[in-house]
Amino acid sequence: MNAETSIEPSVAAAAAHAPHKEEAVYVYQAPVRLWHWVNAFSILALCLTGYFIGSPPPSVTGEASNSFLFGWIRAVHFVAAYILIVGFALRVYCAIVGNSHARQIFLPPVWRGRFWKELLHEVLWYAMIAKQPLKYAGHNPLATLVMHVMFVWGILFMIVTGLALYGEGTGMGSWQFDLFSSWVIPLFGQSQDVHTWHHLGMWVLICFAVVHIYAAVREDIMSRQSIISSMFSGWRTFRDGGPGDNGL
Amino acid sequence: MTETFYEVMRRQGITRRSFLKFCSLTAAALGLGPSFAPKIAEAMETKPRIPVLWLHGLECTCCSESFIRSAHPLAKDVILSMISLDYDDTIMAAAGHQAEAIIEETVQKYDGNFLLAVEGNPPLNEDGMYCIIGGKPFVEQLRYAADHCKAIISWGSCASWGCVQAARPNPTRATPVHKVPGIADKPIIKVPGCPPIAEVMTAVITYILTFERFPELDRQGRPKMFYSQRIHDKCYRRPHFDAGQFVESFDDEGARKGYCLYKVGCKGPTTYNACSTVRWNGGLSFPIQSGHPCFGCSEDGFWDKGSFYDRLTDVHGFGIEANADKIGGTAAAAVGVAVAAHAGASAVKRARQKGGDN
Repeated sequence: MNAETSIEPSVAAAAAHAPHKEEAVYVYQAPVRLWHWVNAFSILALCLTGYFIGSPPPSVTGEASNSFLFGWIRAVHFVAAYILIVGFALRVYCAIVGNSHARQIFLPPVWRGRFWKELLHEVLWYAMIAKQPLKYAGHNPLATLVMHVMFVWGILFMIVTGLALYGEGTGMGSWQFDLFSSWVIPLFGQSQDVHTWHHLGMWVLICFAVVHIYAAVREDIMSRQSIISSMFSGWRTFRDGGPGDNGL
Repeated sequence: MTETFYEVMRRQGITRRSFLKFCSLTAAALGLGPSFAPKIAEAMETKPRIPVLWLHGLECTCCSESFIRSAHPLAKDVILSMISLDYDDTIMAAAGHQAEAIIEETVQKYDGNFLLAVEGNPPLNEDGMYCIIGGKPFVEQLRYAADHCKAIISWGSCASWGCVQAARPNPTRATPVHKVPGIADKPIIKVPGCPPIAEVMTAVITYILTFERFPELDRQGRPKMFYSQRIHDKCYRRPHFDAGQFVESFDDEGARKGYCLYKVGCKGPTTYNACSTVRWNGGLSFPIQSGHPCFGCSEDGFWDKGSFYDRLTDVHGFGIEANADKIGGTAAAAVGVAVAAHAGASAVKRARQKGGDN
């Protein structure tokens, strides 16, 4: 793999005329890819059902015994939440035993000056000031940081507040109550505030998802490297025969 | 020696049969097994009455009003005699200096052995000048009594959390009892509610007197026996909640049929209290049964969460007041617009580059 950090436009132009050559790096191991999609669909289910828990759909008519609509909405929310929690736990395990890319979003190298320098370059690339993006096998520094702050901590926040709210229903003596509700609710002041913050957390994750999907599509097109298909195959390919990893 | 509870009851013309009935009902109300009824009876027959000072700070007296309406047949007549209620300015006969002298007398006579019941809370701004009792700020009276008492009962949401006088912006800096600076480090039991349920109040007192200790408390200092479950957990309208049958507005068909009040802002799912089991006025009814959503009067800061009739409550600190959906929806829309604009700009840039390449 080339150690160069960026390619000049002239080189890129030269590369375009050269015989087609694609460099490929194996980035996402199978469990990480599987987790990504399970996680994505559970978040989708959680957001939809969660929104309806806050603002229920129109009232159902007939006898109460004939319907369990709101019960089902909540059940789907809880099942999806448990899938997400177990998935997250396995994802943390993957971060420990997996390859270096598997722990990238958990440990952004914020103590390195180079991380911030390259992050600035990434910001300039998004501001359309920098002409070329740096190429990375894994996430670029900006993506790493955003994923760490908004996704890792966002999901942890949702898991903790979510289990605290769930523990209210299972009641004192249940592990959810003893491990979460018993300290989270006094921390926020009262149950209603935990609901409100859990709800705000959903919107943070929705904002993250919008940016995440947009950035993936854009980089796939603009930075001449595979992003979306990588999350299916695990391989990141560089269409211009790019330099691959910048050494982060 | 002061009279025992039993002697007081007999003196008041209560038969032994009624007394034993009271003991079993109290055991049941406290969630204790039948074997505890004789223990309560024994305690009441042998123990002297514990003196209680009932102080009033900034408050509306709704706790007292609730307390004296305890519909438990004996509690209503007896509890006030059972405890030696030495001072309660609302219902005591004495007034003026005579009344204030009683506090001093109780403190001297029962130092470290009396219960301090606090209704309302002290304002701290202007050295406590917003609540003056007998010429002195209430906060001084409270600190003095707390220094000498055995334990403190915080009656109602005022003493427990602050309630309406502590609602934003809290001009007098009304402060709940446990947060008063310099208050003695005594055990505090919170019995929140605006007001608390009468039977909950009498049961808490009965428990303390019978067992000479507090009932088991949760992390926030509330007795678990009454505050460990939400209104929602035992609500008789819960089947309508699970079915997805909601009152959409107060005059609709759903309201007439008694559907769940969640959509008109019921705080039952976030309120810890015993209303849906003990109910009010002798078990007659409670807010949800009368068709009104619970507004969470026993929860901390319930005045500051926006309308009582909204499910999603307000978040402060955004200049305007907005709920989570308004804030989150606006943020998501802004991100969406930014993404679309950025995508457009990217497309233009790409088209230009391609043009340049050719």
